[in-house]
Amino acid sequence: MTFAIIVFPGSNCDEDAHHAVTDVLGERAEYIWHKETDLKGADVVILPGGFAHGDYLRTGAMARFSPIMRSVRAFAESGGPVIGICNGFQILLEAGLLPGAMLRNRGLKYRCEHVYVRIEQTDTPFTGSARVGQVLRIPIGHGEGNYFAPPEMLQKIEANRQVILRYADPDGRVPGGAGVPGADDKWNPNGSVNAIAGICNERRNVFGMMPHPERACEALLGGTDGKVILESVVAAFAGTR
Amino acid sequence: MMDSQVLDRHGLTREEYDRIVKFLGREPNLTELGIFSVMWSEHCSYKSSRVHLRTLPTEGPQVLQGPGENAGAVDIGGGLAAIFKIESHNHPSFIEPYQGAATGVGGIIRDIFTMGARPIALLNSLRFGSLDAAGTRRVLEGVVAGIAGYGNSIGIPTVGGEIVFEPCYAGNPLVNVFCLGIAPAADIIKGVASGVGNAVYYVGAKTGRDGIHGATMASAEFDENSAEKRPAVQVGDPFMEKLLLEACLEVMKSDALVGIQDMGAAGLTCSTSEMGSRGGVGVEIDVSLVPQRETGMTPYEIMLSESQERMLLVVKRGREPEVERIFDKWDLHAVRIGEVTADGMLRVKDHGTPVADIPNRALTDEAPVYHRPMSEPEYLKDVQRLDLAALPPPSRDSNAALLGLLASPTIASKRWAYRQYDHMVRTNTINLPGLGAGVVRVKGTDRALAMAVDGNGRYCYLDPRRGAMLAVAEAARNVACSGARPLAATNCLNFGNPERPAIMWQFARAVEGIGEACRALGVPITGGNVSLYNETDGQSVYPTPVIGVVGLLEHADRVVGGRFKAAGDVVMLLGEGRGELGGSEYLKLVYDQVRGVPPALDLDRERALQDLLVRLADSRLVRSADDCSDGGIAVTLAECCFDPMGIGAEISLDADEVSNNGRLDEAAALFGESASRVVVSAAAENVTRIMEQATAAGVPVRVIGQTGGNRLRIATGGRMTVDVSIEDAERAWSAAIDSYFQKKIA
Repeated sequence: MTFAIIVFPGSNCDEDAHHAVTDVLGERAEYIWHKETDLKGADVVILPGGFAHGDYLRTGAMARFSPIMRSVRAFAESGGPVIGICNGFQILLEAGLLPGAMLRNRGLKYRCEHVYVRIEQTDTPFTGSARVGQVLRIPIGHGEGNYFAPPEMLQKIEANRQVILRYADPDGRVPGGAGVPGADDKWNPNGSVNAIAGICNERRNVFGMMPHPERACEALLGGTDGKVILESVVAAFAGTR
Repeated sequence: MMDSQVLDRHGLTREEYDRIVKFLGREPNLTELGIFSVMWSEHCSYKSSRVHLRTLPTEGPQVLQGPGENAGAVDIGGGLAAIFKIESHNHPSFIEPYQGAATGVGGIIRDIFTMGARPIALLNSLRFGSLDAAGTRRVLEGVVAGIAGYGNSIGIPTVGGEIVFEPCYAGNPLVNVFCLGIAPAADIIKGVASGVGNAVYYVGAKTGRDGIHGATMASAEFDENSAEKRPAVQVGDPFMEKLLLEACLEVMKSDALVGIQDMGAAGLTCSTSEMGSRGGVGVEIDVSLVPQRETGMTPYEIMLSESQERMLLVVKRGREPEVERIFDKWDLHAVRIGEVTADGMLRVKDHGTPVADIPNRALTDEAPVYHRPMSEPEYLKDVQRLDLAALPPPSRDSNAALLGLLASPTIASKRWAYRQYDHMVRTNTINLPGLGAGVVRVKGTDRALAMAVDGNGRYCYLDPRRGAMLAVAEAARNVACSGARPLAATNCLNFGNPERPAIMWQFARAVEGIGEACRALGVPITGGNVSLYNETDGQSVYPTPVIGVVGLLEHADRVVGGRFKAAGDVVMLLGEGRGELGGSEYLKLVYDQVRGVPPALDLDRERALQDLLVRLADSRLVRSADDCSDGGIAVTLAECCFDPMGIGAEISLDADEVSNNGRLDEAAALFGESASRVVVSAAAENVTRIMEQATAAGVPVRVIGQTGGNRLRIATGGRMTVDVSIEDAERAWSAAIDSYFQKKIA
């Protein structure tokens, strides 16, 4: 299968995603420049991490106007799987393909470190190979990862089971009031409401997550917990053929 | 005839002015005077340091490019080169910490990709005043945020570094940034102009009035009026640089380039004259063609602006359209502003009217060179005297001293800083920051590169020559601990005002020490940077040479980390302690004294130790290796026990006899900073082989204990002197820096 990796000016995890997809998973990947309009028949779209357009206005705010985003929207509307990682997640929010918004991290500082996330749902193309409650140790690297949605929207997201990943402690206990509570709030690295680390749309084919699965695909780099996300996509695609 | 006020403003002496007149055969106009003033500034010309730098070893079979280009290069096998350099941005970072540090990062990154390399790692070496002072916290926060803001956005991981706090840096923080990139060894690109008639292109951000005379500012001391120099600090735009980086690397693949140079210090002036001078040609440009951010800029301002994120390219004739197409794709300006000429002159026009006409060589190779007078500083004899027997008994026991050292800001965990840096982007980072060298794998090969930056201003203050040698040894040792063979070094020399003979003496002695250590350890210097005039109101920083060493691991998966890996492993000490407390953290913490002579260094032993470490890693005999430095072996052992495993250890050390009353014998054994020592841990079945290899290499080796439990217990001379829980020790170490910022809020 072929992954399209969208390259915005300022994307900087595009090569990392490419490496994980091709060198680690052995699948095909194609870079697509943001000024292009054709996804070239890709089966999955990745919006990679980085600082598209410098994130000078608001994270992801400019990138949604790039020509390629029209094709990404059409692809999503036709049911194609789209995954936004970090800045890619922020772009999906700005583009309205996912609900909610990002605020600056609670501590007002950029944070790069390994965190723990709990798999909440597995009936998506991105988590189908994981189990509910599975805890992944994956790195984050962001200054604006504090997910926010107003109460009614949040209620709807939760009711629809759109929360796919939550920050957790190493035992899978979630900080704050959602999911399986009990963990110290320090395990929520950015103050996200309901400790949300990743959500999907109602149709469950568009997925955004703040942690970087592509940074956790090789033992040499300290862990392979992120691989299950990309492997799920590959397995889901194999299942649809 | 220029009056002396004009010369003062330009930082030029009357003698230098006379020299300019001789070169030109006439009086310079103001634009020409400005051009000379920046090119002959200390920052660009190295006029005080050059005679000393010439003595450094710069050659070796691994060296592909030594000093003189934008960065150095070494062969790392497989047809690849590692391109790296360290550079300071001290003065701007004091005046405007965020932008000063950010543009420091931007500048060194440009130096690396200018050579055709993809930058893959950053390190930084920072010095600040005491963390108790509110001013220090403001500067620290700004500098760290600036480094993060630039490096994170452009997507180059910051994989390590060091931060040291010492009152002497309060008015002159040091911000030294190291960058490393990878290029095909055969395709290293030079900053050279050639081919008469070839087009000279200006690429990147527009030129504004920011940073005019930045190089001159960096060549003078600070006083109470320094805050007024803020307009001389530039503003960084990492997004622009990211575009420039990608576009330049794309152009470089096309072979349409003759040469390229970034516009850093002294901007358009430096890039045009240096490229012309290196190629033995002239460069003619018209400043009216330069993209400008502001209206009404004079040729003087355009030539001296240090606006960031700009490059100068010389393009092969006929290849212009393809180069322009690439920059257009990235939405960047690429403007033809002139061409290469035959006559060796830097000729500047404004709408066709000549405004400057200067031989390139007068600006570069023939800039003034000074043999500045030197004399041993008066303070030296006194501070080197240390009588341990005369000191009162220590006010705290060894447990308390260890916890105190772990919580002292220089030794404490720097997680507060490095978790603000993206240290994992590009998915190469093997050793996460926080301990020892940064290690990144080289994709497409089995190899990895290790890199470390080290310096100890306190040691250099007490003995500049030995202190500098110890800095080289420590950086190389950190690299070797990871299992990598040290290949080469880069240096950043931070000193006070070279017009003072005592400072010049420190400088000369330090350079001697660097040269001697680099020769002995087989790490030639491939480039670097000198930062002088680090003084405020006549108060100089400690002499602070910072050394960056790059090493090669043939097999990335044989990398060795600093922490203990498993309970029940045997802990061994390579090298031996001599209880040296001179210039130590212990002496500073417990007695508030910076005194004595720094630890002795036997370079042959150091070399044998490093060679041994590389062999032990390659044969997978050791599970961890961490060197002893600030705070001595007790601090090293504590750090070996920390996160992620949190494994304790039971250790037994010999006591050192360091004074006739024995008061400090215990402290000397635990906290003395003798060099050339490394704590390793290994599975029991490998101990004999390690002992044999060490003995054969002439490296003293001893089993000192075993890992396990959740406490660190150290006996000295048979008596239990340290017994702390790992949790308490780690809390003291990891919470220390955060606590200063929490205090501020309270």
